[in-house]
Amino acid sequence: MTIRIGHLYPDYLNIYADRGNIAVLARRAGLRGHELVVDAVGIGDPLAPGEHDLLYVGGGQDREQAAIADDLAARREQIGEAVGRGAALLAVCGGYQLLGRGYRGRDGSFMPGVGLFPHETVAGQTRMIGDVLLECELEPGNVRPLAGFENHAGRTLLDPGAEPLGRVVYGFGNDGESGFEGCRVGRALGTYLHGPLLPRNPWLADWLLAQALAHATGEAPPELMPLPDELETRAFRVAADRARVRGGRR
Amino acid sequence: MSVRLGLETLAARAVGTASRAAGRGGGTTLPGKLLWKVDPAAVDALAARLSSGVGLVSATNGKTTTTAMAARILGVQHRLAWNNAGANLLSGIASALVSSRGAELGLFEVDEAALPEAIARTRPRAVSLANLFRDQLDRYGELELLAERWREAVARLPSSATLVVNGDDPVVADLADGRTNALRFGIEDPRHARPALQHAADSKYCVRCGTPYEYAAAYVGHLGDYRCPACGHARPPLDVVAREIELDGLIGSRFRLDAPAGTLHVELRLPGLYNVYNAVAASALAFALGASPATVHAGLEDFSAAFGRFERIGTGTKTIIVLLIKNPAAANEALRTLETGVPPVLVVALNDAIADGQDVSWIWDVDFEPLLPHVGRVIASGSRAAELGLRLVYGGLPEDRLEVVPELERALDHGLELIEAGTDLVVLPTYTAMLALRGILTERRLVKPYWDGARR
Repeated sequence: MTIRIGHLYPDYLNIYADRGNIAVLARRAGLRGHELVVDAVGIGDPLAPGEHDLLYVGGGQDREQAAIADDLAARREQIGEAVGRGAALLAVCGGYQLLGRGYRGRDGSFMPGVGLFPHETVAGQTRMIGDVLLECELEPGNVRPLAGFENHAGRTLLDPGAEPLGRVVYGFGNDGESGFEGCRVGRALGTYLHGPLLPRNPWLADWLLAQALAHATGEAPPELMPLPDELETRAFRVAADRARVRGGRR
Repeated sequence: MSVRLGLETLAARAVGTASRAAGRGGGTTLPGKLLWKVDPAAVDALAARLSSGVGLVSATNGKTTTTAMAARILGVQHRLAWNNAGANLLSGIASALVSSRGAELGLFEVDEAALPEAIARTRPRAVSLANLFRDQLDRYGELELLAERWREAVARLPSSATLVVNGDDPVVADLADGRTNALRFGIEDPRHARPALQHAADSKYCVRCGTPYEYAAAYVGHLGDYRCPACGHARPPLDVVAREIELDGLIGSRFRLDAPAGTLHVELRLPGLYNVYNAVAASALAFALGASPATVHAGLEDFSAAFGRFERIGTGTKTIIVLLIKNPAAANEALRTLETGVPPVLVVALNDAIADGQDVSWIWDVDFEPLLPHVGRVIASGSRAAELGLRLVYGGLPEDRLEVVPELERALDHGLELIEAGTDLVVLPTYTAMLALRGILTERRLVKPYWDGARR
């Protein structure tokens, strides 16, 4: 099976090792006999809903994010429709913020976003930086841990009733107060966690691949063949331990 | 000397001696910390006493080596106050000032974030700014914020002070735009240009209009001969330039140095293009502080290595080569020097203490890929060894050629076991892994502790 990924603005949004996340998806798809094709989607490039099984939006420095913000916001309907038709999506850090309703600067300015995730981000005085450990329950009854690193000044406030990606065990999370991290809408996930996230959290990579395959086949997400993941487990344990010892305190 | 300053200095000196006597790491920051805490303005007073003034060096990469090279050049004619063990916050500068009785010239490397305060307090005669790369984002916030703080600090320099900038770094070169008393240095030898900007390239967009730069030549990361196709913002004419560069693997390099004071033919005993940048930066700073071409030449050729940056350590029949990798740009350049002679065994040690960067995502911005198919075996070590191992596997290293050994000493010994007599073991440590490695080698009496003038 061929899985098509649309990687948005890879030349601009690549600060937190986003290529690592893509490499993990490619390798884990390959080991299960699937081929991952990555299309770079740059400013002004066409993006047809349904064409991609998974969309990826990374993070950038302020200048880079400002450079693509208008182009991304103009894709509001395409992205909404793609996710509505069952495409998976992973947005990290700046990408996560830009896919919300918008970003309110400290000077009162408002930069409108895509509006996929039901949240708004407000610029904060200090950066929230450190290791993070989450508990996620993407499938009811199946609680799984996620270890990453966060570095953000924005406070992302979820609308009442919005579904977070996970509950913060150690670290700051979306806003340093709510105890929530990230956001989920259907098969779309947004998070502040980088590091990159997927190498040491292979279950999440597999969850995304299964959702992408579901989009590609029109069937339910398949069970993927388990992989040994020994190094992955070791790397996860160290990262989780870091969050326990030195994650941001709310 | 005011009575108060005198007493504080004496107290700080005593603590420094006690710290060294206790073997706690050279006392390089402790007494300064004390003085800095008790009376920060003492730094101003001590610096003001230096009869030949102060030169400052800041950059993301190369500041320790550049400062050490400048010290080699300028130390012939001046008694120096120099923070030679890399303690580059204000407290480290305070330490160097306290412990250098009778110094005439201050030479200080300065942490990027500490530069504004260092300029305000030491009132330098010359400031050398060499590059801004994405370093440990968890410590500094983002690159542009730092550039903005540098801009404000530089604007407050008196016109009598010389601003020395790397013309090849668009953000840094722009800091000297319109300034009369400035020296711009760089490299001009398109044979050594990278075919494309590397993944880790940071300042890709025009500082004036945001359009991506076009590079006639990109040498190290985003450093090179750039031009904005939209507004025309381009590399300025260079005053101190390395040309006709010949690189000789891990041995060193030769190049021609063109400066307003004359032309020099330099043989440098440090590898890689990034050390050519360091040499040109050090020369430009030395010229700004009044050095003659002959002393610059002698100093550069005399120089071997700064603390832990590049060291060759004999262990009897085998040699350990240490190349510090502290961020993507530095790591890419270290790997590049290995491309011409890929070592059979490589030890890479990734720690995640504050000085290394607690956020280890930067290893994904390092281009390990070209090296990995050719290297026989890689031992991933350090506190984040497994994370590093994953990165290498994703970079194309077959898993049967990877070993994950978090304990550095075990990794080192295992690496030495694996190589044959008469060959080199290349070790690429992050900062605190480098310190730990030196600790191990000091205990084995293979290197001197750093406060004993380890830089030769």
